[in-house]
Amino acid sequence: MTTVTQEEVLAGLAEIVNEITGVPVEDVAVERSFADDLDVDSLSMVEVVVAAEERFGVTIPDERANELKTVGDAVDHIVNNRD
Amino acid sequence: MKAIDRTVVVTGLGATTPLGGDSASTWEGLMAGRSGVRLLTHDWAAEVQVRIGAEVAVEPTEVLPRPQARKLDRTAQLALVAAREAWADAGFTGQAGTDASVDPDRLGVVIASAIGGVTSLLEQYEILKVQGARKVSPHTIPMMLPNTPSANVGLDVGARAGVHSPISACASGAEAIGYAIEMIRTGRADVVIAGGTEAAICSLNMAAFGNMMAMSKRNDDPAAASRPYDTDRDGFVMGEGAGVVVLEAAEHAARRGARVYAEAVGQGLSADSHHITQPEPSGRGIAAALTSLLDTSDLKPSEIVHVNAHATSTPKGDVAEILALRKVFGDDTDHFAVSATKSMTGHLLGGAGGVETVAAVLALWHRVAPATINLDNPDPEVEADIVRGDHRALPEGRIAALNNSFGFGGHNVVLAFRTV
Repeated sequence: MTTVTQEEVLAGLAEIVNEITGVPVEDVAVERSFADDLDVDSLSMVEVVVAAEERFGVTIPDERANELKTVGDAVDHIVNNRD
Repeated sequence: MKAIDRTVVVTGLGATTPLGGDSASTWEGLMAGRSGVRLLTHDWAAEVQVRIGAEVAVEPTEVLPRPQARKLDRTAQLALVAAREAWADAGFTGQAGTDASVDPDRLGVVIASAIGGVTSLLEQYEILKVQGARKVSPHTIPMMLPNTPSANVGLDVGARAGVHSPISACASGAEAIGYAIEMIRTGRADVVIAGGTEAAICSLNMAAFGNMMAMSKRNDDPAAASRPYDTDRDGFVMGEGAGVVVLEAAEHAARRGARVYAEAVGQGLSADSHHITQPEPSGRGIAAALTSLLDTSDLKPSEIVHVNAHATSTPKGDVAEILALRKVFGDDTDHFAVSATKSMTGHLLGGAGGVETVAAVLALWHRVAPATINLDNPDPEVEADIVRGDHRALPEGRIAALNNSFGFGGHNVVLAFRTV
């Protein structure tokens, strides 16, 4: 397994969020809330999760996905749970 | 019980069609007698027997922001483009409430589609089969549901009086406008955005309508394929697009000083109870709808000078409609300038009633009836004054126009508009 840094995951997530919501990549920061700050509603969050799973080779179960409130939550999960 | 019977007027128009990306360019196309029918260039086109269609002149994804467009089926994209034009054309800015001249609790939306989000359904089914269940978009259901063009427009403008989508195949757009007229007439809303939308040019529909022998097979001459009332007509040409109007209580429009295009006089409805797809050949059902219009409104036959006919270019349907007009209006039919705008736009299915209402209202506004193109050899069974060759001026004074729409299932809807 190759290692991946927090910065690389953040940059990848920013691209995914930008693709789905149009929010500029520079606005996707660790402290930002998907729902409140980045216009990611519950349906779009599923898209973010599926795209992240594919991009980073992780599994994000639905019940865990519900707990990912901020970009930082997602970065941490991805860095710590790669297959 | 309070008896409410309010006058309803048209204050905004919007369209995106094979002739243009808005109502003005669509009207220019109708005046120029331009055909929007082309050879289809999709990969699948080589595999189907009918390879012509009338696709929209302006791609909705060029107009809508990408993050918004990607969550909407093309049907909803087109509806949103037309609705935003109509909303701005009516003089509203921003959402209801933000624009203080319209109360969100008194604003409704009634936009219909015949088929719904079929292209999204097929795309996602392909993803399911090829890439697996996990890859199916979570937006699939709201993209597929035929009420979501209406719902998305409702969200866009902040409508809370009711958001509806009557489904009656190719009469859907007209039925939506009729429903909206009733919402205002009976006092349930002051302003309603209403119309029809369709985006159903896809391999499955082209194969299926083709196998029904409902569509023209004139692949070698697309611009001449849609030819209502011509002896050589051989079926309809599938079109796509949306037409939307803003309807408003006359008193509400007057209070805010809105421009009024026309009065929406009323509607007539009936069902053929004859066959699931064939038109009733004597025009009995259509005549019943026309009679219902006269019985439930103050429209006088002598006021009618123009008919935007359903006239899809099918051998039986075109004749039945004219027989029905004769049955109800007798010799008055002779002073109707009948236009078949589907000769230019193709048949927009659920979008037809919306786009043709925009055309009928603009015909009254400009006092001009569009020509029916490709009418080289008029069918002798069609005993009516079909506008052909060039568009024709309509008379001065108080005049009215009908917009007819009929759908598979035997649904008949006629709408009437009148100058103010």
